[in-house]
Amino acid sequence: MSDTKKISLFSIISASSVGTMIEWYDFYIFGSLATIISTKFFPTGNPTAAFLSTLATFAAGFVVRPFGALFFGRLGDLVGRKYTFMLTLLLMGGSTFLIGCIPGYETIGFLAPLLVLVLRLLQGLALGGEYGGAATYVAEHSPTEKRGYYTSWIQTTATAGLFISLLVIMATRTVLDKDTFEDWGWRVPFWVSILMVLVSYLIRKNMHESPLFAKAKEEGKTSTNPIKESFGHKLNFKYVLLALFGAVMGQGVVWYTGQFYAMSFIEKVMMVDKNSVDSLMFIALIMGTPFFVFFGWLSDKVGRKWIMMAGLLVAILSYRPIYEKMYQTVNVKNKTELIDKATAEVSVKQLKGTAVDSIFTEKSYFSDGTVKTATLTKSFVDGTPLVVDGKNKEVKKTVIKINDSDKWTLIWLVFIQVIFVTMVYGPIASFLVEMFPVKIRYTSMSLPYHIGNGVFGGLLPAVATYLATTAKDANEVATKAGATLPYAQPYLQGLWYPIVVASVCLVIGVIYLNGKDMRIDD
Amino acid sequence: MNAIRKILGVVWIAIGVLVAYFGVTVFGLPKVTSGKQEDLVFGIIILVILLPIVVYGLVKFGIYALQGEYEINE
Repeated sequence: MSDTKKISLFSIISASSVGTMIEWYDFYIFGSLATIISTKFFPTGNPTAAFLSTLATFAAGFVVRPFGALFFGRLGDLVGRKYTFMLTLLLMGGSTFLIGCIPGYETIGFLAPLLVLVLRLLQGLALGGEYGGAATYVAEHSPTEKRGYYTSWIQTTATAGLFISLLVIMATRTVLDKDTFEDWGWRVPFWVSILMVLVSYLIRKNMHESPLFAKAKEEGKTSTNPIKESFGHKLNFKYVLLALFGAVMGQGVVWYTGQFYAMSFIEKVMMVDKNSVDSLMFIALIMGTPFFVFFGWLSDKVGRKWIMMAGLLVAILSYRPIYEKMYQTVNVKNKTELIDKATAEVSVKQLKGTAVDSIFTEKSYFSDGTVKTATLTKSFVDGTPLVVDGKNKEVKKTVIKINDSDKWTLIWLVFIQVIFVTMVYGPIASFLVEMFPVKIRYTSMSLPYHIGNGVFGGLLPAVATYLATTAKDANEVATKAGATLPYAQPYLQGLWYPIVVASVCLVIGVIYLNGKDMRIDD
Repeated sequence: MNAIRKILGVVWIAIGVLVAYFGVTVFGLPKVTSGKQEDLVFGIIILVILLPIVVYGLVKFGIYALQGEYEINE
């Protein structure tokens, strides 16, 4: 390959990857700042606001993305890859910037959560259209023998976007004091987005259309109705189903387990303090990210199918041991408490009017440096306990500050899961591109991708939490009745969702996927 | 191998039907009727989005498999 071609390909990969990364950044900052956003736009105790908040979380993440895939996929197959993914970039950037500009609920009332919901939906639509465009665009520029390697750079963007979003938020928190950040500083990461989007837009603007699409268009071979051709004809629809059930469905749950459920499990089930969770996830993601490129490169040598299937298999076999090890690493029952160092104190926090919170704090210290802080907050109004749903309002919270050794154990355990993610996710762009013909590629590959990731993967935290909570409740009922506990490890029950979905996907993938067709000029 | 691909079509159809039954009785309806707003949205998403995709998709996939659509010339 000539130097000019190499440089040109490098700029194509950079422009596509940076743009996609920014879209992921935009998508993640909403999630990372969810707590503070809910206080500004979705006040507690207001059922309508809570409903809008739930919709904003669920709808944008799961429901809208496949629609974005259809809408922009169609556009990409009709008008072209380049213009479509420039449009998704601007839509995403504009929506993100505007979320950072909306006045709070206290200023404009219900209009605030409603606007956030609308903009969040636009973000979901844009994300649904972006990935397929970027993957197709890079793949259609790449030589066959390096397609996995080049498209794997696109695959790093989801993790890099999460990484950058955490970095920008941490930097903003560092520069501003706590009150300023909570007042208006949280808006900065949303505003930063528009600068990144403009730079990316200018870079993408100078790029040329994909050569395969341009050729198809010139020869009049583009589709007139990509959606009908993709999903209305058995000849192609059977491959859409195969892509979904034989690859993307498993990839989606492995991805969400490794990157999101792991984080939620460490924070909410193991009760590790937020700063430690952020930093350990950060390190594990940095260590794991190069492996997207490695497995993309390897897929050019040994084929895409078996790397992805191996990733699914090791994930299925090792999730329960990994999560058990994570849980027991921090479990204070396995540690020696320094009884004489334990402290207990009571404090009172004055709230609005005559409302006060009475906070009981107990601190336990352990011989390995672990510190457990348990707080019980009781709310009072006019000196009498605040009653909610017929009960005195009490909030219990436990936070565990872990030592360095436990932190590194968790980092390695998360890192292993990130490796599984890189095995299934690194080669998938080239794999999907190779499954579908040029004229309907954008539409055909975008939909299974976003159903697999948005629906199967996106629902993982909610389904897994539901399974774990159900098991925990069943144990509590059995304890009260003096019966044998039905679940020995209720905290691991949530893992059955990714394990079952990945297992079905593995069987379908191994038996039905061909994995030998690497042509994309058809 | 192509014979196995065809026969397994029955399994995918059966899994689709099982997912429909358990999805409605274990996940969907209990959530929709729990009275909590968060559960309601979750239940609706399960019933209206996840289940139709999984059930229709798996049954259709099974039918195609039975028809020999996924045969590979090895």
